[in-house]
Amino acid sequence: MDYLDQLEAEAIYILREVAGQFDRPALLFSGGKDSICLVHLALKAFRPGKFPFPLVHVDTGHNFQEVLNYRDQIVSEIGEKLIIRKVEDTIIQRNLQDGKGKFPSRNVLQTYTLLDVIEEFEFDACIGGARRDEEKARAKERIFSVRDEFGQWDPKKQRPEIWDIYNGRVDKGENVRVFPISNWTELDVWNYIKREKIELPSIYFTHKRDCLITENGQLMNINQFIQLDENDTIVTRNVRYRTVGDMTCTAAVESVASSVDEIIDEITETKISERGATRMDDRASEAAMEDRKKNGYF
Amino acid sequence: MKLLRFFTAGNVDDGKSTLIGRLLYDSKSISTDILETLTKQSKSAGFNTEIDLALLTDGLRAEREQGITIDVAYKYFTTDKRKFIIADTPGHAQYTRNMFTGASNTDLAIILIDARNGITEQTKRHSIITGTLAIPHILICVNKMDLVDFKEEVFEQIKKDYLAFAEPLGIKKISFIPVSALAGDNVVNKSEKINWYKGTTLFDFLENVEIDHEETSKESRFQVQYVIRPQTDELHDYRGYAGSILSGTFRKGDKISIYPLDSQTTIEKIEKNGLEVHEAHAGEPIIIHLSDDLDVSRGSTILPFNQSIQNDNNIEATICWMDNKSFQNGQKLIFQQNSFTSKAVIKEVIGKINIHSYKVEEGEGQIQLNELCKVHIKTAENVSFDSYKHNRKTGAFILINENTNNTVAAGVIL
Repeated sequence: MDYLDQLEAEAIYILREVAGQFDRPALLFSGGKDSICLVHLALKAFRPGKFPFPLVHVDTGHNFQEVLNYRDQIVSEIGEKLIIRKVEDTIIQRNLQDGKGKFPSRNVLQTYTLLDVIEEFEFDACIGGARRDEEKARAKERIFSVRDEFGQWDPKKQRPEIWDIYNGRVDKGENVRVFPISNWTELDVWNYIKREKIELPSIYFTHKRDCLITENGQLMNINQFIQLDENDTIVTRNVRYRTVGDMTCTAAVESVASSVDEIIDEITETKISERGATRMDDRASEAAMEDRKKNGYF
Repeated sequence: MKLLRFFTAGNVDDGKSTLIGRLLYDSKSISTDILETLTKQSKSAGFNTEIDLALLTDGLRAEREQGITIDVAYKYFTTDKRKFIIADTPGHAQYTRNMFTGASNTDLAIILIDARNGITEQTKRHSIITGTLAIPHILICVNKMDLVDFKEEVFEQIKKDYLAFAEPLGIKKISFIPVSALAGDNVVNKSEKINWYKGTTLFDFLENVEIDHEETSKESRFQVQYVIRPQTDELHDYRGYAGSILSGTFRKGDKISIYPLDSQTTIEKIEKNGLEVHEAHAGEPIIIHLSDDLDVSRGSTILPFNQSIQNDNNIEATICWMDNKSFQNGQKLIFQQNSFTSKAVIKEVIGKINIHSYKVEEGEGQIQLNELCKVHIKTAENVSFDSYKHNRKTGAFILINENTNNTVAAGVIL
């Protein structure tokens, strides 16, 4: 077996374990390339049957329209159930403070919505597209990652995970986050997208965009949520997105790559990591991801 | 391109994390932004000249604070020849269960020995675990050669001692490389100071080592993970058994036996990726259709009818105890082998494995965290299994505490 076959087989095996072990699983779907791969893998794992879980989108309200269109299109194509819960509504219901500052990200706030939707539908497993190569706290997480009733990850109390025998037993109220593509790198994902001819939202490919240049030199999309100041530098560049997330904290990268092949060449050459290039939220501190996960982030 | 999974183990301070850091750094697998963060951290930690490469894998706050590896960290890199998955496992005795986790799925063990100290208790423990997990190949990296003036005698002595110790473990292949991870000698670049060594660097070794992708077992084994029944109008009678082939090959038309049912039937159809295929091999996720409507469910084992498998509810095994709480007599457990589960108890502790001599010692007392024991397990239902030495997929299991849901032990069937 080729390495992509092995990675695919591992992911399908994990998805089927989720189907076999849990009563009420869900697949977290953001419309980003990693969760798009998960949907593709789920089709391979369960067709001609239905998915044994709904797709769940935690909608920050800070989405790229292209991604929302893609989401609705794929859901209607595959005919599976989609549950949408909006961070906007959580803010109102829980009387929360919305993101503040120049780039008012809802990255932290989406954890509330995620935990609420888990409680509402009593999900006992949530499948996510996180990869261990993304960030070093993620590199430490198990494929079946047990969370307590507050959704918290305790890195010191992780269950041993031996061979590919997955123990998904939890008490009522607890849940397991499952990461079938844990062992994939960014490049593996792109090579898989190429091999399987998977369609992606258009913002992954080069396009002209008006951007604001941040202090760190990152290119931020101009939208109604960020605050523009008089002395901001605004430029028009050929850009694409390496990750798709909250519009206020996900930066674009300069690129003229218009096909999957060109993107693969670009990633092979590039010297900056995926999250380093695009995420403002991880730059906050050395342990930013670890801390968010301890609080229930996916 | 092929995939090689390996793990690294060694004593605390043997320089494991540094070695991996060096491997990634010298093979240019580290991004500039990560390197930048690393340089900053190393400076604030008091490393003036060199960057502290161990900071690359110690991803948790507690690990950075204490300067030790607590849990397995997975790292990935690709060369022109191969894709690698590294499990960097903790050296500290109290985190041995995490080492078990990292090691279980790999094809190769890299064990570090500090050239100044030679073989230690941890070296022995890690080697015994490697042997217990039947990992086919061990590479011993004798590290910190710079601190023994790159002397050949030191390396040769360690090699001799290790081979003598490892003999009873039954490891198929053992290799040795003298390195200095801190300075990078023989990691990616050939050392000029170790000119008496004629072998390959670690990097060349990894790119070229033969991957013994199991299966020592040629027998065909399949276990059902999930039953697919669309129950739609056009697929009214569709009933597919989804799972991955554990070992061997299955073909359309094969006569097969199903356990624990102990019934025979024929494979009517095999589907892979939504397409019908004539045959499928170990590791491939497939859907099997059977000619007869039998009571087959998750955890059922399927094999060719002319092959045999053990079916028993009395099992002898070596287990590694992984729970903080020691084993209590009569403790209610769940036995899980891939997708098969059954209630179980440990009927008898036959003995503990002495990690110095690899001998089984009859002993009094409880099974404590990290101890290896030979036990006799009784399950509520019959298990279909092979000995682990024969088949790593059907001979492996975990034990779960029914009350806490924790995985309390990993076991290999003897």
